[in-house]
Amino acid sequence: MLLEPRTHTPLWMTIVAPIAAVFIVLILCGGLIVWAGAPLLESYFALFVGAFGSKFAIAETLVRATPLILTGLAAAVAFRAKLWNIGGEGQLYMGALAATYFGTGLISLPAPLMIPFLFVVGAIAGGILLLIPALLKTRLKVDEVVTTLLLNFVILLLTNYLLFGPWKDPMAMGWPQGAPIVDSGILPNLIAKTRLHGGLIFSVLAAICIWIVMSKTKWGLEIRAVGLNQDAASFAGIPINKTIIRTALISGGLAACAGVTEVAGTKEYLTLDISPGFGYTGIAVAMLAGLNPLGVIAAALFIAGIYNGADSMSRAMDVSNYIADVITAASLLMVMLAVMLTRMRVRFG
Amino acid sequence: MDFFDMFLNIGFWAATVRMATPLIFGTLGELICERAGVLNLGIEGIMTTGAMVAWMWVYQGGDLWTAVLVAAAFGMLFGYLHSIFSVYMGLSQHVTGIGITLLSTSLSYYSFRMLLPGVTTPPKIEPFQSWAVPFLSDIPVIGEAFFNQSPLTYLAFIMVGVVAYGLYRTPVGLAVRMVGENPMAVEVQGIDVYRVRTAAVMVGSGFMAVGGAFLTISVFDAFYFDMINGRGWICVALVIFASWRPGKALLGAVLFAAFDAIQIRVQQSSASFIPYQFYLMMPYVFSILALIVMSRKAAYPKALLVPFRRGQR
Repeated sequence: MLLEPRTHTPLWMTIVAPIAAVFIVLILCGGLIVWAGAPLLESYFALFVGAFGSKFAIAETLVRATPLILTGLAAAVAFRAKLWNIGGEGQLYMGALAATYFGTGLISLPAPLMIPFLFVVGAIAGGILLLIPALLKTRLKVDEVVTTLLLNFVILLLTNYLLFGPWKDPMAMGWPQGAPIVDSGILPNLIAKTRLHGGLIFSVLAAICIWIVMSKTKWGLEIRAVGLNQDAASFAGIPINKTIIRTALISGGLAACAGVTEVAGTKEYLTLDISPGFGYTGIAVAMLAGLNPLGVIAAALFIAGIYNGADSMSRAMDVSNYIADVITAASLLMVMLAVMLTRMRVRFG
Repeated sequence: MDFFDMFLNIGFWAATVRMATPLIFGTLGELICERAGVLNLGIEGIMTTGAMVAWMWVYQGGDLWTAVLVAAAFGMLFGYLHSIFSVYMGLSQHVTGIGITLLSTSLSYYSFRMLLPGVTTPPKIEPFQSWAVPFLSDIPVIGEAFFNQSPLTYLAFIMVGVVAYGLYRTPVGLAVRMVGENPMAVEVQGIDVYRVRTAAVMVGSGFMAVGGAFLTISVFDAFYFDMINGRGWICVALVIFASWRPGKALLGAVLFAAFDAIQIRVQQSSASFIPYQFYLMMPYVFSILALIVMSRKAAYPKALLVPFRRGQR
């Protein structure tokens, strides 16, 4: 079997490939639904209705897509530079911790200042967390995959300690949760009677900004060049280490903003389960989007829809909602394969 | 408890050896993959799968040793899937590995929920009993600590020797090490690089799954979600710590388990005023520190992370 680069990839192939891949995944995962003894088409219909079938469903899907856009962007930016940041989960919690520390009464500002302030301190906290593995990588050649992964566990334990210890809200009837974010720090509600909050606007704007930075600016060019070929980039006079550090700060900051949207928007206080793995799912989002910042929005909507739809399908059809994790993981692998096949031709024999 | 008394305590050493077992399996598995030039970040999920499958096999009435084989088979299956992406298609090993971890974890959880619907407390099984090695277990202190363990623990220690012998003393081992250093040279010899790498990833993944199985059918008697809890990632760190050598991998795993055992004992002693979460952080922090110390002189296999494409330079 041989893989040959294609000289030319038609546009339709670039568009059809990821969609076809997701379709194949849905067919394969249909086997799991049949195994559970549920009717296949009705189950997928229930999933679709649960994700996009009503105003409320769409609002919930958008709420879930908000942090996924940000963690997806974090992965997309870092992976472009081949900085393997698998620590989105830890950075998310770091942002949530910073928002809780500053947003529960320590500082009081009017809302137009307070909300940006919370995002800024969150982003700084997340950036600093990823700065550690990035500096270890550039200075001491320590592999960043393992360090970012391990830091996730450290930060989760730190959150656990704070929520069971000094930061526990005495008004929460014994639940391990932080004090509520002050009113001026709460992200405004977008549609009445739903949980949809202004975090969505922030994350879409972030995606557009990152798209501009990555495709129209010198920084973006440098990040992409470092990812494509470090030797060539270095030869062209691009400061490799500086670019990696810069990428790390952007990526960690983006993932941390997802923690801010959850604490200041969705929940309005910190809990141990503000993220059901958004940091890891962000990697799937980024790969589904082909690392394109604008594609991240669409990919996040799709994945958020799958999770939301699977929740309501599991109630209606008695299929475990872990099916959503299976679909996400399988889509990640299948889309990666499909995108490669648009660039390569397989020859057998 | 006095800190130094602990090291004279037989229970401490027995716990160390026990806790090292899954790390030995996982580290050996990762080491085999990486020696063949493939970083296998599927390890965390493959260990989860091994833990679930082995436990489920026994729970459904299967035999303990068959459960180990079934776990290994499932591990190899996911290893094969990994190699389709990472070896044959030459895709990013990082992303493939994370994908395999997400897929195998979620499939395990889904299957567990489907096979045992509506179970709140995990049901128990009859796990491996410790088996005292005749004569050797009669040695004072050492015998009780090292030779009165689960049969899977002995298997782990034996496998260190087997893997070391296999890698350094057999033609197959030479081929595995060569595809991780210079695949082109192997290709010139008429050996199929793809097949060697695939085989290595499959065998390595089998080891990882057995490491996971040890947790559910030997240490504990039930399957819990999130029970692997980063052990797989720690194994990836241990491989670097061990400079890709089986003997040092054993040393690293035991050293690491000893730290973990100390951590638990200090945490339990009432004199401690540090919150328990900080003790639980220690294994992860220690792994990062070990990486920092060892990375400067780490001699990575030259072709690690480099996909091989036949007919291309």
